[in-house]
Amino acid sequence: MPEPVIALSGVCRDFPTDPPVRALADVDLRVDPGDYLAIVGPSGSGKSTLLNVLGLLDRPTSGSYRLDGVETTTLRDGARTRLRGTRIGFVFQSFHLLSHRTVVENVMLAEVYGPHPRGGRRARAEQALRQVGLEHRIGFVPDRLSGGERQRVAIARALMARPALLLCDEPTGNLDSRNTGAVLDLFDGLRADGLTILVITHEDEVSARAKRRVRITDGVLRETP
Amino acid sequence: MKLRDLWAESLAGMLARPVRSALTTLGTVLGITTLVVTLGIAATAGNQIVGRFDELLATSVTVEVPRGGYHALVSWDAAKELRRLRGVTSATALAQNDASSNLVVTANNLLDPTRVSGQTLAVVAATPDLPDTTFGRMRAGRFYDAGHVARGDRVVVLGEQAAAMLGIDSLEDAPAVFVKDRAYTVIGIIGGLKREQILASAVLVPPGLGPDFGLKDVTRVLVATQLGAAELIARQAPLALSPNRSGELQVNAPPSPKRARDGAQDDVNGLFLVLGLVSLVVGAVGIANVTLVTVMERVAEIGLRRALGAARRHIAAQFLLESSLTGLTGGVIGAGLGMVTVVGVAAVRQWTPVLDVRLALAAPVAGALVGLLAGLYPALRAARMEPVDALR
Repeated sequence: MPEPVIALSGVCRDFPTDPPVRALADVDLRVDPGDYLAIVGPSGSGKSTLLNVLGLLDRPTSGSYRLDGVETTTLRDGARTRLRGTRIGFVFQSFHLLSHRTVVENVMLAEVYGPHPRGGRRARAEQALRQVGLEHRIGFVPDRLSGGERQRVAIARALMARPALLLCDEPTGNLDSRNTGAVLDLFDGLRADGLTILVITHEDEVSARAKRRVRITDGVLRETP
Repeated sequence: MKLRDLWAESLAGMLARPVRSALTTLGTVLGITTLVVTLGIAATAGNQIVGRFDELLATSVTVEVPRGGYHALVSWDAAKELRRLRGVTSATALAQNDASSNLVVTANNLLDPTRVSGQTLAVVAATPDLPDTTFGRMRAGRFYDAGHVARGDRVVVLGEQAAAMLGIDSLEDAPAVFVKDRAYTVIGIIGGLKREQILASAVLVPPGLGPDFGLKDVTRVLVATQLGAAELIARQAPLALSPNRSGELQVNAPPSPKRARDGAQDDVNGLFLVLGLVSLVVGAVGIANVTLVTVMERVAEIGLRRALGAARRHIAAQFLLESSLTGLTGGVIGAGLGMVTVVGVAAVRQWTPVLDVRLALAAPVAGALVGLLAGLYPALRAARMEPVDALR
């Protein structure tokens, strides 16, 4: 059996407010390579906290989180940053594109902080854009793209670093139904290529397309059929 | 992260808002310009004042000899002896008095009632070193030498203006001049005098002929020194010339050129240097302010970069480099403007602009440093940001 991409066991995340808030309560989760998993739940249920923990943006208060076989909770800040840059591709609800840079430059940004060589970077970025069907938008600035196109640029950027895991936070939250369909079709294609995708959403249409669905309520995770 | 990537990201960040970056640069531009102009004008003006104490003046010492009564204070030979002092390149003793300054000199002794043939000229007795000491050049003929002096030859050398006034322009037919009805052969015409230029309109006679004109005693000694020796020679010359009565001699020495330069620079520098520094501080505060605003505006970008694997130091380095580049740009523009201003002011005043290469190089560096310092706090703020908060 291959090493799981994500293995959470007994993960808790408490926020030291008054009274203390337990955002994640004893979460166990296993995601295998090639899984397409949707995490659903109402707002305030701990979805974002879970995403932050999974994306190495936040540390769990207790428990163990193994990413690609590496125990991350004991890693120092620098090592977590490197792991985040090389193993995880992020897709955000609000795209997070730099408005003054062209589409291809935005995609190339993914390789700026890693150990990747400069040579051929542009070609790899164009390849990633071809993968999301945006090769005709290479020289555009994000302002001139539709919402769906922007999100596909963000996905291309996430794919650029060849991550083990694509972590998507409400990827269709700002999109109309037609663009949502396009993005979801893209996810299907990527998943068919063997990429591990984890989508956090509150939209049924999105979660319905995933192979596995996990519901989170008040910090408690429950697998749903 | 590679340096070229850091450079490209910082440059892109700076150029993303060109107008804002340009306005931010303005503070540094003003500060650096003021500094460069201040230092440049000070150097230029300082050099200008020093320029007046040029090499000639700085090497000229004049000793005035008062009338010494029965015994002459300074003998004619003493000037020659003065050459034995280290630092003296040449010395000439002169004799001139009121009576000898207004003598009627004619180029011939024919009386031509239609023309004014006589000219009122000064007759000056001088030792043969005069051309050396005054840096004069012989326009024609030669200067008298020790032989003429020893033999008591009745020869004279005319200053070039005196020669022109007397209508003597060539020595081919051995012209003579007549003073007090006595003839003297003109053996040379001297011109191009660098000091004692008044001698250009004088008739110069060997010391032996001085008594003919009431010029018995030395009244003045001209000394040319090596560069830098003037002050020393000014102290030593009276003792050497007249050991017993040195206190009675008056010495005119050039003021120390060094002090003149320092004084000039101090005056100009003080106030404007402070002004320049103040504008630089204002510029730095401006950069710090705008960089901080930029950091706050770009929180999402910082979060994104952290998500893409940027470490805190990468974020700090980018913002530091951006603010340094802003400062550097200001420094380069400021240095350029400052230089142009210095040259402009110098041109208007007809001065020689003095532009220190080190200043031209240091100004942009100072600008970059200002930017770097100004960027420290905002960069720290940006680096301290938690990616979770930045992405919210």
